[in-house]
Amino acid sequence: MLMIKTVLHFDSVSFRYPKQEKGPLIYDSMKFTVREGEFVSILGPSGAGKSTLFRLITGLEQPTGGKILLNGEYFSNRLGHVGYMPQQDLLMPWRTIWENAALPLQIKGSKQADMRISVEELLKEFGLGGHEDRYPAELSGGMRQRVSFLRTILTGSQVLLLDEPFSALDAITRLSMQEWLLKQWEKRKKTILFITHDVNEALFLSERIFVLTDPPVSRMEDIPVPLDRPRTLKALDIPEIMVLKDRLIDQLRTKATT
Amino acid sequence: MKKWREHTYSFILLVVVLVLWEAIAFNIKMTFILPSPTDILMKLWELKKVLLLEHLPATLCIILIGLGISIILGVGLAISMNSSKIIEKAFYPLIIFSQMIPTIALAPIFILWFGYSIWSKVLVTVLITFFPITINTYDGLRAGSNDLKELLLTMGAKKKDVFLLVNVPSAMPHFFSGLKVAVTLSVIGAAIGEWLGAQAGLGYFSRRMMTQFDGAGVFAPIIVLSAMGIMLFLLVKWVENKTLMWRKSE
Ligand SMILES: Nc1ncnc2c1ncn2[C@@H]1O[C@H](COP(=O)(O)OP(=O)(O)OP(=O)(O)O)[C@@H](O)[C@H]1O
Ligand SMILES: [Mg+2]
Repeated sequence: MLMIKTVLHFDSVSFRYPKQEKGPLIYDSMKFTVREGEFVSILGPSGAGKSTLFRLITGLEQPTGGKILLNGEYFSNRLGHVGYMPQQDLLMPWRTIWENAALPLQIKGSKQADMRISVEELLKEFGLGGHEDRYPAELSGGMRQRVSFLRTILTGSQVLLLDEPFSALDAITRLSMQEWLLKQWEKRKKTILFITHDVNEALFLSERIFVLTDPPVSRMEDIPVPLDRPRTLKALDIPEIMVLKDRLIDQLRTKATT
Repeated sequence: MKKWREHTYSFILLVVVLVLWEAIAFNIKMTFILPSPTDILMKLWELKKVLLLEHLPATLCIILIGLGISIILGVGLAISMNSSKIIEKAFYPLIIFSQMIPTIALAPIFILWFGYSIWSKVLVTVLITFFPITINTYDGLRAGSNDLKELLLTMGAKKKDVFLLVNVPSAMPHFFSGLKVAVTLSVIGAAIGEWLGAQAGLGYFSRRMMTQFDGAGVFAPIIVLSAMGIMLFLLVKWVENKTLMWRKSE
């Protein structure tokens, strides 16, 4: 059997925000594993701690207890090891498109001239050719998200964390962005963790769905998506998936109300 | 063209005021108290050499040195306050307090300290221009988005990178706002300084004319002073537009 590498492992991780010392735990000795090349969606009601999970993985927060392993290794400082794409595009309004995309390269100390060529090539590939020297305010929401995604790719990390990247987009743009993201994922062989509120989005994109309950969470429900690739939107209408969809929606709804 | 049309109404108002002024001055016939606009223009023409070649450079020199010191002092202070809570706690209230001091009342003391040299006037200018630069730059440095800073940290950025890549660019528009206010104030500061004691300068010249009951001679250098203030303001605005090209796209 082929050995598949584990890229992310939570080993009994507990967490509460340091400011709320007496507050409730958000995670209570939680365990899960993500393997190389997977596409995992994280689904949960608002306030469940989805963004907190990403803050822990990136190293912006440190666990209160337990360990987080990246590629099987333990780092006390994980900053700079995973690519993180925030919910708002967070492009710098004072930088041009290519300068924004090149940000991680600049932080790692690349030379201006070397960056320009490689970034320009990628921008073309992302359908942003000819926009290199424009400013973010001149681009549409979908284009800005693509720049933000490219910036995440250019961190060079194997693991990409995407926090509701398409939630601000209209339904049509969102669909095309989802298809586009799948293409990029297949092509670049990255591992993606994807936070979303949208059950359809999770089913369409991912191989597994983690469902978060209200805190404190000690175990996320781990639901495999029984669909082959390449997927089409029609595939979401087969009975098996419809049942799964209803189940997920029910689960989210009861959790949001109780 | 559109830009000019925007100012049509203020231009009409200005002409109306000038005509009224001319009419009143004509009827009062006391040029030493109220010279008419045409009197002032004629005086300006008559004195153009002295004003532009002798007194304008003296005042401009005070303004530029004063602004230069204010920028260095203000930006330095803003950066220090941004980087250390203790410095912020120590300086911020005092900087605010310094604005309650009536600088004009203190100015005679500066003359005692520095005599009629340029430095007494520079000090007055610095005292009233460093405030808008410091406060605006400081606010600007703190305006950098927290989310953006955290994003940079996840990319492995160091504290210094975050400062240079987020804080400094976020502070630029604020810095220029402060500088524009400072430029306007600097003209007033230099003029006040010169009133109190100088051997040259537009403010000094205006005051000297006052003692000679030459009304038009009082106004003429003030016109030059205002024109210089406007030029400096436009210059800063031009540099601002060049530096902050991205704001045009917003
Ligand atoms: N910086 C912080 N300091 C203290 N508490 C926080 C902080 N950020 C989030 N929390 C708390 O942690 C809990 C989880 O927040 P989190 O942002 O992870 O939720 P989420 O699942 O991402 O929600 P949403 O879907 O609305 O984005 C919430 O109760 C929130 O109040
Ligand atoms: Mg969130």
